[in-house]
Amino acid sequence: MMLKFNKIKLVETGGNTQSENSSPAQEDIQVKQGNSANGNVSRSQLHGLWALTNRELKKWYKVPMLLFLSLIQPVLWLGLFGKALNFGGLFTGGGFNIPGLNIPKAVLDQLANTFMQNTFGTTDYFSFLSVGMLTFVILFTAMFSGMSIVWDRRFGFLNKVLSTPVARGSIVMGKVFSSVIRSLVQAVIVLIIAVLLGMNISDFSVIGILGTFVALFLMTFGFSSLFLMLALRSGDYQTQMAIVNLINLPLLFGSNVLFPAKFMPDWLQYFVQINPISYGTDVGRQLLLSAAGMNTLAFDFAYLIGFAAIFSVIGIVLSWRFLTK
Amino acid sequence: MKVANNDKSSTKQGNTPPIIEVRNLSKSFNHSVKAVDDVSFDVKEGEIYGFLGPNGAGKSTTINMLITILKPTSGSATVCGYDIFKEPNEVRRNVGVVPQEYTADEDMTGYDNIILCADLYGIPRRVSKERALELLRLVELESTANRKVGTYSGGMRRRLELACGLINHPRLLFLDEPTLGLDVQTRAAVWSYIRKLKEEYRMTLFMTTHYLEEADGLCDRIAIIDHGKIVKVGSPNALKEGLGGDIIELGIKEENSDIAKLISQVKLVKEVKRVDSLNYRIKSEHGEEAAPEIIEIIRDNGFHVNRISLMEPTLDQVYLEYTGRSIREEETSKEQFRAQRRTMRMARS
Repeated sequence: MMLKFNKIKLVETGGNTQSENSSPAQEDIQVKQGNSANGNVSRSQLHGLWALTNRELKKWYKVPMLLFLSLIQPVLWLGLFGKALNFGGLFTGGGFNIPGLNIPKAVLDQLANTFMQNTFGTTDYFSFLSVGMLTFVILFTAMFSGMSIVWDRRFGFLNKVLSTPVARGSIVMGKVFSSVIRSLVQAVIVLIIAVLLGMNISDFSVIGILGTFVALFLMTFGFSSLFLMLALRSGDYQTQMAIVNLINLPLLFGSNVLFPAKFMPDWLQYFVQINPISYGTDVGRQLLLSAAGMNTLAFDFAYLIGFAAIFSVIGIVLSWRFLTK
Repeated sequence: MKVANNDKSSTKQGNTPPIIEVRNLSKSFNHSVKAVDDVSFDVKEGEIYGFLGPNGAGKSTTINMLITILKPTSGSATVCGYDIFKEPNEVRRNVGVVPQEYTADEDMTGYDNIILCADLYGIPRRVSKERALELLRLVELESTANRKVGTYSGGMRRRLELACGLINHPRLLFLDEPTLGLDVQTRAAVWSYIRKLKEEYRMTLFMTTHYLEEADGLCDRIAIIDHGKIVKVGSPNALKEGLGGDIIELGIKEENSDIAKLISQVKLVKEVKRVDSLNYRIKSEHGEEAAPEIIEIIRDNGFHVNRISLMEPTLDQVYLEYTGRSIREEETSKEQFRAQRRTMRMARS
């Protein structure tokens, strides 16, 4: 065994054999300190960050069932809610005709289109909802990013990580990044499914899609940080679940994901205006469907950048303070 | 004790500073319960230093402060020459930790777990791959390295934790209850690894335990800790000798006479206690020599001995002496109990 230790040491020191009687373990430490003194600190921090991110991702992509299950919900929303709420059909289904007036069908269709365009900014509700589902799936994944830190704390893994020199911020950021990557992959899949189910793609463009995903990235970055922050001190997954469930529905309904905000009462509109989900959705609708937006694209992006920056910074600062009891 | 210590320091070069230096360290939770209360001690390079005490005595709290995952309320400490307040990252870089709980990720293989640990220390892949194999060989897990940890037995998991704790080739290894819940055989295996680390790699080990035989058999020095305070420090033998020798328990036939005074006439006898009307408990140096003399003197005075037993002092008696309780009467907090039960359950799976 001694020999093996020594051999490895030789590799590290590049064949430098100064040792006679000092302990091999000790020299090794010296070698390592030498390494970190050579300015490799930042690289080794990225190393640790990637290791932690990859750990979370591995659990996810090695269990395809997990990905499948996490996609069911948005797909159900799309398939059932999106297809069932066929607002366009209100006009074209014949129910709109007034007996005795015999309005020509072309006029009715025109009316329907105008109505849909004015309400949803696009002529079919399904496309409208599809964009909303992109943000919804992201919100959902981000919400559970906090759960994993609760589990890690409970099973002692967190203590293990804390006892290594990895940066405290990396512990939180590793989880944020894995959640970001996961949710963006899911968003891609949801978009593909939406298109297969009949989403209107006439206004799609490469820049539009890229821009949408940049907005989604900012949104999931902010939300993942936010929910991780809430879980930092918690060792109790039930509380965490309760928090997630409590925030989940207000965030969804208090946004423009399912329905445009302009018909909502004033107080709810204020909430929609501060809800970051609305901004992610707004960008998506403008870029993917060429719909009239709630705000200008520039304002949407500025808001999302601010949201992501503020919460990730707060998350890192809190992780310095609160990961160590 | 002195002999043992001199022996150790002579193998090192002169008087190196202690590898752990703790001064007046305290930790209280929620401003009330003092988990660790004004503890001071030194650990010398190259020794196995044990914290012996029941659950909830403050052992894990002390370790967690020394490995910088828990902030002390007051006091100071240096580990490997680094201040735990000012240079926590240097401390983390230089020590290895084998926590009480099973912390390996069950969804990953044993090999991947070790590599993950190496990554967290910033060890480059080309080094860590080689080290992982070498450590897996050390703890005899090569053949199961590519199985998921979820399928491991308790002993295998403990060995994997040990390997993870050694990935940065530390000078100092912290072991928190290294054999909690393990069966006798696996426990012996873990002990042999620990001895190997000390003897072959000249590593310093700081461990906590509430198993007396573990403290007795492994540690060079033991600190008995109770209610957050260190009540006694010494080598196992010194502690036992410090009790004042062997215990002789003796029963006589005659009920109504107190022969305590008579017994204490024997030179080697230090203390005699009449347990009840028939039985006596005698503390004596060199019990094996004292016992025949005691029997003789009793017989000469016309009494009859009907039973006698001689016990060499055990660590449990040492523990009893200094804490007033047997270590087996454990008390523990709910949360700690839950964590330990989980560890034990996994250990036995």
